[in-house]
Amino acid sequence: MAEQSEYKIDETVDITGVVCPVTFVKTKVALEELDEGQILAVHMNDGEPVQNVPRSVKDEGHKILKLIGNEDGTWDLIVRKAGA
Amino acid sequence: MAVDYATLKKGGWMRQKQKDRFALRIHVVGGTLTAEQLIGIQNVADRFGHGYVHLTARQSLEIPWMKLEDIEEIKKELAKYGVSPSVCGPRVRTTTACQGSTTCPSACIDTQDLAKKIDRRYFARELPGKFKFGCTGCRNNCLKTEENDIGIKGAERVEWSENACIACGVCVKACREGAITLKDGMITIDRDRCSYCGRCAKSCPVGAYTEHPGYLVSFGGLFGNHIHRGKQIVPFFESEETLFRICDTAVDFFDQNAKAGDRLQFAIDRYGQERFDDLIRRAFSEDR
Repeated sequence: MAEQSEYKIDETVDITGVVCPVTFVKTKVALEELDEGQILAVHMNDGEPVQNVPRSVKDEGHKILKLIGNEDGTWDLIVRKAGA
Repeated sequence: MAVDYATLKKGGWMRQKQKDRFALRIHVVGGTLTAEQLIGIQNVADRFGHGYVHLTARQSLEIPWMKLEDIEEIKKELAKYGVSPSVCGPRVRTTTACQGSTTCPSACIDTQDLAKKIDRRYFARELPGKFKFGCTGCRNNCLKTEENDIGIKGAERVEWSENACIACGVCVKACREGAITLKDGMITIDRDRCSYCGRCAKSCPVGAYTEHPGYLVSFGGLFGNHIHRGKQIVPFFESEETLFRICDTAVDFFDQNAKAGDRLQFAIDRYGQERFDDLIRRAFSEDR
């Protein structure tokens, strides 16, 4: 397994109350408000969001560090913001 | 003048209800037209038609209200813009395709390139009945491949590499088949469950998966007066040479065994599904 650096969450965005494509829009807006290198936790529902949002974030060039499953069935995607 | 409707139809001129009026079907490959071609089509619709076009169900385009006497002039005008008439009747028709891997994040294969190759190899080939090819880039199946006599669906085999993996768990959730498990930093893929969709590899943030694109092919689909879902006969494979070999086998079978007006599945039903499956399997195995 490759080395995984420790991280500190700078900001959290909750996208459990919205559906596609707003899930991605909210995530994108939250990432835009961060500085390069800062860490965002995206709180999302199981199913379609967790299947698709990680890939959209990756396609935008950001770095995914971890996907954490919560006991209530939601997920937290930990993302490091990439430079412009 | 005596009108040879068969010749007209071959050239994509579809008779309208109205006497001596035709809808001209345009040769489109994979649903793509250039802006330049659209100008030629616009000119003809304006000058010779009623100023509109119709989009067909299979990604072609028809310009209605063409008059017989204008045919040569219409063809000349279209040719200036790289546009030619399509075909109808008993022959290989328009090859449909999604946008494919050039622009679509989901696609496993370049369907536009594949559609061009199919078109070059088979378009307008004379057969006992109509014959349709359709290509789609992935399991999302935007182009409904199983509706076609031969449907080609992009897919991919994936290999996971421990070195790059950060054990983030994204691929486990991206998989719709529940084929991936993550335990102690190690990924296991259940190959019996894997649908070759490639979603794991495409969602992986660190490129820990190697993608090997290939094809899933269905035969005998039709969606008109009779409805039949095309059947996958051979498993996923990666070689384009194999793809064209099994397509050749199916088209040649249809040429030799079909009656006038047949579709591939009707010919298969008379010949026997099992026997046809064997033909395809044998062609598939030739290079193995």
